Amino acid sequence: MSENRGAIGRRMLLGGAAAGTAMLAMPHVAGAQAKVIRVGMPTTLSGRIAILGTSSRTAIRYAFSRINEAGGIGGRTLEVVDRDTKGRPDEAAKITRDLINNDGCEILIDAESSAGSFAVHEVVRDIPVLCLHTNSETSSLTADPKMLVKHAFRCARQGVHDAVAGGVYASAISKERGLKRWMTCSPDYAFGRDNTAEFLIFAKKFDPGIEVVDQIWPRLFAPDYTENITKILQVKPQAMYSALWGGDLVSFVEQANLYRLFGNLTFFSSSLGDPPVASAIKQLPQGIHTAYRYNRNYPAKPANVAFADDFTKLAKHEPTNWAWQNYVACEFIAEALRRTNGRTDPTALSNEISGMELKTAFAVDEAITMRASDHTIIGYPVPWGITIPAAPYVKDFVPVDWAQILEMEQEWKKDKGFA
Amino acid sequence: MNLEVLAGCLASGACVVTQISSGLIVGMLLFLVASGLSLIFGVLGIVNFAHGAFYMAGAYFALLAYEQTASFTAALAFGALAAGVIGVAFERFIMSRVYGHDVLMQLLVCYAAILIFDDLVKILFGADYKLMGMPDAFATAPIQIAGGFVPSYYIFMLVMALAAGLGLWLGINKTRIGKIIRALAINPQMVGALGINTKLLYAGVFGLGCVLAGLAGALAAPVRSLTPGMGLSVLIESFIVTVIGGMGSIPGALVAALLIGLTRSFGAIGFPLFVDGLMFGLMALVLVVRPSGLLGAKAS
Repeated sequence: MSENRGAIGRRMLLGGAAAGTAMLAMPHVAGAQAKVIRVGMPTTLSGRIAILGTSSRTAIRYAFSRINEAGGIGGRTLEVVDRDTKGRPDEAAKITRDLINNDGCEILIDAESSAGSFAVHEVVRDIPVLCLHTNSETSSLTADPKMLVKHAFRCARQGVHDAVAGGVYASAISKERGLKRWMTCSPDYAFGRDNTAEFLIFAKKFDPGIEVVDQIWPRLFAPDYTENITKILQVKPQAMYSALWGGDLVSFVEQANLYRLFGNLTFFSSSLGDPPVASAIKQLPQGIHTAYRYNRNYPAKPANVAFADDFTKLAKHEPTNWAWQNYVACEFIAEALRRTNGRTDPTALSNEISGMELKTAFAVDEAITMRASDHTIIGYPVPWGITIPAAPYVKDFVPVDWAQILEMEQEWKKDKGFA
Repeated sequence: MNLEVLAGCLASGACVVTQISSGLIVGMLLFLVASGLSLIFGVLGIVNFAHGAFYMAGAYFALLAYEQTASFTAALAFGALAAGVIGVAFERFIMSRVYGHDVLMQLLVCYAAILIFDDLVKILFGADYKLMGMPDAFATAPIQIAGGFVPSYYIFMLVMALAAGLGLWLGINKTRIGKIIRALAINPQMVGALGINTKLLYAGVFGLGCVLAGLAGALAAPVRSLTPGMGLSVLIESFIVTVIGGMGSIPGALVAALLIGLTRSFGAIGFPLFVDGLMFGLMALVLVVRPSGLLGAKAS
């Protein structure tokens, strides 16, 4: 008796083998039957830009907890599976494959910076899984038609949109105050150079009187900017644009304060509007012009304030730009899943997300749209404001008309050969 | 290349003062980190690739002390001492086990330590950017010298770094313990045969090197952002300083740090796109002309 109980019969063996083979051959079928929908998240969780990954992860966990508490998607719940790429593109590609092939992830939120996002993009070109890039702002990721992948989308602000908005805003001020002598100070890598070049294209377009008298390019993650600051003192520009960001921007502003640099200079920053950056600076100067990254008071909607409060409780700091972008990505995914009745088939989900107008707290008007033509979002906040020393750190946001941004973007695409 | 602007700067008293002070500031902080690195190499014969982590520890512990006490003096002392204590523990429990092993093993151990330290900082202090903020005493307008501007805090940093360097030199060259340390660097077996606890001395020297790195981190905390991984950025330049000055030579580290600082400062005016290149070019030149470094002992 005991021998019979312990033995595996021939039919059971064949049945088990057949089931196993079916599972291996059709992972998506197996996945579709699972109660939990696993969402893979390659991101940078260590090193100097760990806050990119940690704040993105907190936003996703918060979004998923809200969706799950509300009953999930047709009874199915969402779970994030995060992996640290250490900011290395090769690691991002490897981890993405692992998340899909070994960890059973049916959807991807690629929360990598630009370098990693391009690597992830090429992986999902080969392995069809719905993928939302949430932190890459490099325009070519979606603007270049050669990069189009049917089931990959960008749910993040885009460099060219910010450049147009910055150009419109800065040129109005330069004309009003007669700011002719400009200088730039941006990190010496692809993003810093592209971002600065795009800003200058549009600033000069709207105010041809702008003359760039000098440009300095400190290396990314430089510990000290004293030599750059003293150089600025020697050049004596009237206005300055900087694409420095994160901890680099914190160091720059605090070191520039020692020389009272901002008293004699109209300064435009691409990133000072990120609350963790602004709050880290102990003596944030009043009156620096900055692009919007995130602000609890803009868009002025109760749901935005609630998001800021809840996120701050979880993360112990105010939301980053990356936080709202990842939260909105989760909203896109949840809405698409509702429309497919929980099916994670990438084609079905992509068809739903493409062109979707998502009603969200972070939309300038009613909705943020996932533009069908190039799989990128529009209608998100792109205003500029000025800094104040205390929370909420940026005030007097000046919105820029999205119709003007889209018109300029189209011209830019033509110049680049993208349209 | 902008030689015309550089010539204009050199002809202007204001520009020269501002750029020299800028070079001295960058150089003296580098000197503090590099002198610790050099001291450890000179006595223990190992290259502490994890040295940047102690700079980071000094900065974070100084921030912690400043938040608790609002005293900048306490912050400097706590940051430096905490880095030293962690350094002693690191030497006793980890590094001492790889003495005599090849450099690759030491490199791997140090790299693992860097990753662990970075993660610990992330867990204890968070991944977001931190800054201590300028103590009230130094939150003043920059001092004007010959038309150039020098922030008062940077003068304080220079004085502190010089005092630390001078104290280290006096300690090594004019005291009994300094003699023992120099003897330890030359012949550890003989020092041990004389009944001196060499393990304790090794730990002490390693700790002292880490105190110097920690002091540099604490001094930098009011003006440099604190993030996990911040040690790596100063480590590379510190290695360049150590190589130019001569491995194991503290006066060499001082000369090299000042050279690097001034090269960066005036290079930013005349060669704005080649500042890092100038620094590495200087290192290459020294290695070709004098492979043991400017003040390093020549290999026998």
